[in-house]
Amino acid sequence: MTKTLTIDGVTIPFEDGQTIIQAATAAGIYIPHLCHNPEFTPHGSCKLCTVKVNGRNCSACTFPAMDGQEVINNAKDLNADRQKITQMLFVEGNHFCPSCEKTGNCQLQAVAYHLNMLDDHFPLFYPHRELDASHEEILIDHNRCIFCTLCVRASHEQDGKDVFAISGRGINKHLIVNSETGLLKDTDISASDKAAHICPTGAILIKHTAYQVPIGKRIYDHQQIDQVTLNSESEHDK
Amino acid sequence: MTNKIRVATTSLAGCFGCHMSFLDIDERILELAEVVVFDRSPITDIEHCSADCDIGLIEGGVCNSENVHTLREFRKNCKILVAVGACSINGGLPAMRNFIPLEECLNEAYINGIGVENAQIPSDPELPLLLDKVRPIHEVVKVDYFLPGCPPSADVFWKFLTDLIAGKEPSLPYDLVHYD
Repeated sequence: MTKTLTIDGVTIPFEDGQTIIQAATAAGIYIPHLCHNPEFTPHGSCKLCTVKVNGRNCSACTFPAMDGQEVINNAKDLNADRQKITQMLFVEGNHFCPSCEKTGNCQLQAVAYHLNMLDDHFPLFYPHRELDASHEEILIDHNRCIFCTLCVRASHEQDGKDVFAISGRGINKHLIVNSETGLLKDTDISASDKAAHICPTGAILIKHTAYQVPIGKRIYDHQQIDQVTLNSESEHDK
Repeated sequence: MTNKIRVATTSLAGCFGCHMSFLDIDERILELAEVVVFDRSPITDIEHCSADCDIGLIEGGVCNSENVHTLREFRKNCKILVAVGACSINGGLPAMRNFIPLEECLNEAYINGIGVENAQIPSDPELPLLLDKVRPIHEVVKVDYFLPGCPPSADVFWKFLTDLIAGKEPSLPYDLVHYD
């Protein structure tokens, strides 16, 4: 007999070993997330995918699906928490969308749109962060890093290189690269690496490719992130 | 006249792009003028807010002492205060100077910049003093509504104002929410 759980009252099947978010995606249910990507080991750090499982808050990207679970996902209080989390991500970095070439194709921005986030709510930190433009083909703008570790995981798991890591704790946390100089140009990254293309924000960009898609034709101009994500991630899970 | 909704607008550390976008409502401004009267605004050149403004639209963040005074005047006199555009919400482009010490900014602009003649940092007492950082307006006063965008499109202004005037809680559908 197929094992099932419910999400917002809807019964969905799952297979042993699946996380809640994997079961949800397979059933066509979107759970907001940024650090999760089905291609890589779950990290559970952004907390946007927080759902209530049998009354307790859990990260859907790390929590295993189990028979008979009652999961609450699309609820007013959870979405309000998600909006606050997203606002914190915005104020802790420097996210100036009008001057970012990722705008319109940015998952951080798209999640914020999806949650109808109209302001930053909190005081802005305006932290001082550097650019690393040393590499010929790849740019790192630390201002836009949200520490999702997708580049870390992609470099390790898919590229087999370990170009990236997160160093420091709390407010001092930052992205570092694996070279003596600390510069990207002295690592073995290449523009065809998965790690160079995985960033959900504009923190890691391929140079010389900016603004090629006009406003109105970018990924999230007319399509919400829930549909875009379900299409791409359910394709991957098949 | 007395029944009309009183709207005040200003641009602080902004580029007037939001005001230009507001004017992009085009002929709908005639419809708006039936129910709205403009108070202090670059559109009217009225210098100070009347005490009974209904809606205050603030473009731009806060970059100098005059911005702070203006913003407080709006808060005091407007029942509903609205942050209009990216700069009022997160400081926007002017806030990108926040990563450079103020003295360096002034030296670059007025002393060491290319083509500067008679180099001196302006110090006329009439000039408002710069703040060390550009801040969004919600860090200075309570803000009731936010219209994101750089600029918010004319349809954002139209949707927001017509909702408010109709006595509805304003809301922006997905297509009208943009940060760029």
